[in-house]
Formats: sequence, structure tokens, C-alpha cells
Amino acid sequence: MTQVTMTVNGKSVSGTVEGRTLLSEFLREGLRLTGTHVGCDTSQCGACVVHVNGNAVKSCTMLAAEAEGAEVRTIEGMADADGTLSTIQQAFQDHHGLQCGFCTPGMVMSAAALLSENPKPTEAEIRAYLEGNICRCTGYHNIVKAIMAASGQEASAVAAE
Amino acid sequence: MYEFEFKRPGSVAEAVAALGSEEAQILGGGQTLLPTMKQRLAAPAVLVSLGGIGEIKGVCTDDAGRVCVGGGTPHAVVAVETADSYPALSHLAGHIGDPAVRNRGTIGGSLANNDPAACYPAAVLGSGATVVTNNREIAADDFFDGMFTTALEDGEIITEVKFPVPQAANYQKFLQPASRFALTGVFVAKFADGVRVAVTGASEEGVHRWTAAEEALSANFSPDAIDGLSVSADGMISDMHGSAAYRANLVKVLTKRAVAAAS
Repeated sequence: MTQVTMTVNGKSVSGTVEGRTLLSEFLREGLRLTGTHVGCDTSQCGACVVHVNGNAVKSCTMLAAEAEGAEVRTIEGMADADGTLSTIQQAFQDHHGLQCGFCTPGMVMSAAALLSENPKPTEAEIRAYLEGNICRCTGYHNIVKAIMAASGQEASAVAAE
Repeated sequence: MYEFEFKRPGSVAEAVAALGSEEAQILGGGQTLLPTMKQRLAAPAVLVSLGGIGEIKGVCTDDAGRVCVGGGTPHAVVAVETADSYPALSHLAGHIGDPAVRNRGTIGGSLANNDPAACYPAAVLGSGATVVTNNREIAADDFFDGMFTTALEDGEIITEVKFPVPQAANYQKFLQPASRFALTGVFVAKFADGVRVAVTGASEEGVHRWTAAEEALSANFSPDAIDGLSVSADGMISDMHGSAAYRANLVKVLTKRAVAAAS
């Protein structure tokens, strides 16, 4: 067993983990932060995306012990303390960017990583960036619209054909 | 995943020491190894992470003008850091997997694994790069030794990869539609003393050079130069995604596209 300490959503946390404990398991079962979803558990679907030191990673494909000392941000850290949704989350709501909602935490975290790297992405850049996030309701058009809108761009033309 | 002892050394020297035990395995970014361990296709007793070793991360240019990439550098960092110094390498690194995978997966991990459909082996062989380990330098032509096999000894760590920068280069891959790995990929690099062509994803022998195309392109660096060549389907991978003949054809098509796009 290994002791790990990291900062999650601005709060310092520690716990004892096995070597094989995944970051997704530590977040969900250790910290009860169940907003991070585990869909495929094979690094395909992206439902488990969180930020580690500002970078989007698949938390089902990273060991908790590898996050020692890291700054981790999960979907629970996106809204303000008073519950006000972040710009991206609000845009997902406004543009119906979710149906069942299972993929949404990963979609929002990937969108946030994209907009921090590229504040005004094109539609094609958004679609390329979401390559590792799968939505089985296939609501991609509205997800892309939401991200266009969250970046302050006109979204009405997305998938208008 | 079976339990293992986890070690996270802070230097290459400590990592070498940690790898001394039997059944120890190096962990790079884990984007292949962890899924493999989840499937219980690998079950090391000791896992030695290179993630905490700062000295093998980053990109620089050496006195000979070579682009030097630390073995522990993630693909996303290579994509950004080599955008000006080696655009073809940057483009290749920026199109491996997806963004989250590129933030974790490392060049050293990709090369040590030598997946027959991986992108980086094509860049390393196509550039005639040098793989530097904790105890020697290995030329790309001597490094790759067939599917999932390399010249690395047990416990040997890739610390750096040195890329000579070609006059023009390009990488083209045809995506396997489900996994998005390269169904076939071709890296073309034009140097003052000749052209190198490296093919990934196609052969049962793993990444390899297409020497007939190299000769033709060294004489005339244009897509038409290889019109008269054909690629044999013998020894090509054949699976549900593409027959051997299909892959053999892709090698030629992608080589022509890479030459046309090379800059």
C-alpha cells in the first residue's frame, strides 16, 4: 500500500492506495467524487476524463499513485461554490448538449481543456479534439454547438445541413 | 489488474536500480501497458514508473542541429515543442490516439513497445534517428526487431531520441476505423544524401523501410517516381480491417501522398 497526497478541486486530500488503484477508483471510491464516470474502463470512451496539472487525462488509465503531488480537477470542481454552472456547463444545458448524461462529465472536462488551449476553436477543431470522448446517445452536434457557444462563437450554423 | 509493487524513482539511476529485481516492468505513460495489465495479459511483480524523472522529459536541439526528445516526453509536448524545429514529427505526435492519450503516452513507451501499428516507430526509422538509453546509443536501423520486439535489454531505459532534421518530410496514415491506430502509415524524409521511407502498420515484421521507393525517390523526389514500383503482399498483415493486398496497396498510395505533402 502507498500513501498518496494530491490536490483535488483545490482541496488537499490523502489516502492509502494499492499500486494498482486507478485514479478513477481513488476519486470515486476513495473520495466519493462520483461525477467522474467509468464507461468502458479501456481508455476508449472518455467518460472518466479529468484534469491533472491542467491536462486532460483518462483517469481510468492512470494510477492514483502517479498523481502524487498533482493538481487534479474533476467535474465537481467546475461549478462555482454556490452551484452556479460554469460557462461550459451552462452552454451544454442551453444547447441540449446531453441526453442520458453519462458521457457529459468527460465531455465537459475535455471541452474545458480544449478552450484553455484554444479559446476560439473551429467546428472541425472541436470535433477533432473530442475524438476520445464517445457519446452513445450520439448527441455530438449539440455538444459541438455548446462548445462553440461557450467559446463565445455563433453556434447556430453547426450541423445545419 | 493483479496487484504489484509500485515504485516511482526520481532519477534514471534510481530507476535502473529499481529495475534490478526479477519481473520488474517499466511504466511510461501507461496508455498501452495499463490496459494490457487490466486484461491480465501482463502481470509484472514490480512496476517502475518513469513519470517522476524530470531529466528524461522535454525537447531541445543539440549542437549538430538534431531535435532531441526526452524518452519520458508525452506526445502532446512533442507536438507543441517541435512545431517549428521538425513539423513532420510535430504533426505525427499531434495525431497519435486522442488528446487525453497524448497527455500521458510517451515516446519512450511507444518505441519500447514497438506496436506494429504505432506511429512513432515510423518517424524514428524514417528519420534515421538515434535511440539513447541509460547505457548506449542505438541507431534506428538496429533498434526495431520485429513486432513488439526491440534491441532493448531487460531493464534498459530509453532516455532520449535524437532526430536528424530532414530537408522535407511528411507522415501519412490511414486510420483503422475503430481503434484509430494506423491501419498503415508511411513516413517519408528527404535528406541531402538521400530519401528514407519507413512503413508502419503493414508488415508482420513490424516497422520497416521500403528501400525500392527510397532509391527511386532519391533520384527523383516526386510522387510519380514510384509509379512503376509495386509492393508485394507477402508478409503483410491480413485481418478483418484490411487484407494483405489492401495494405500493400496502401503503402504505395500513402508514400505518394507523403511525398506530395512533404515540406
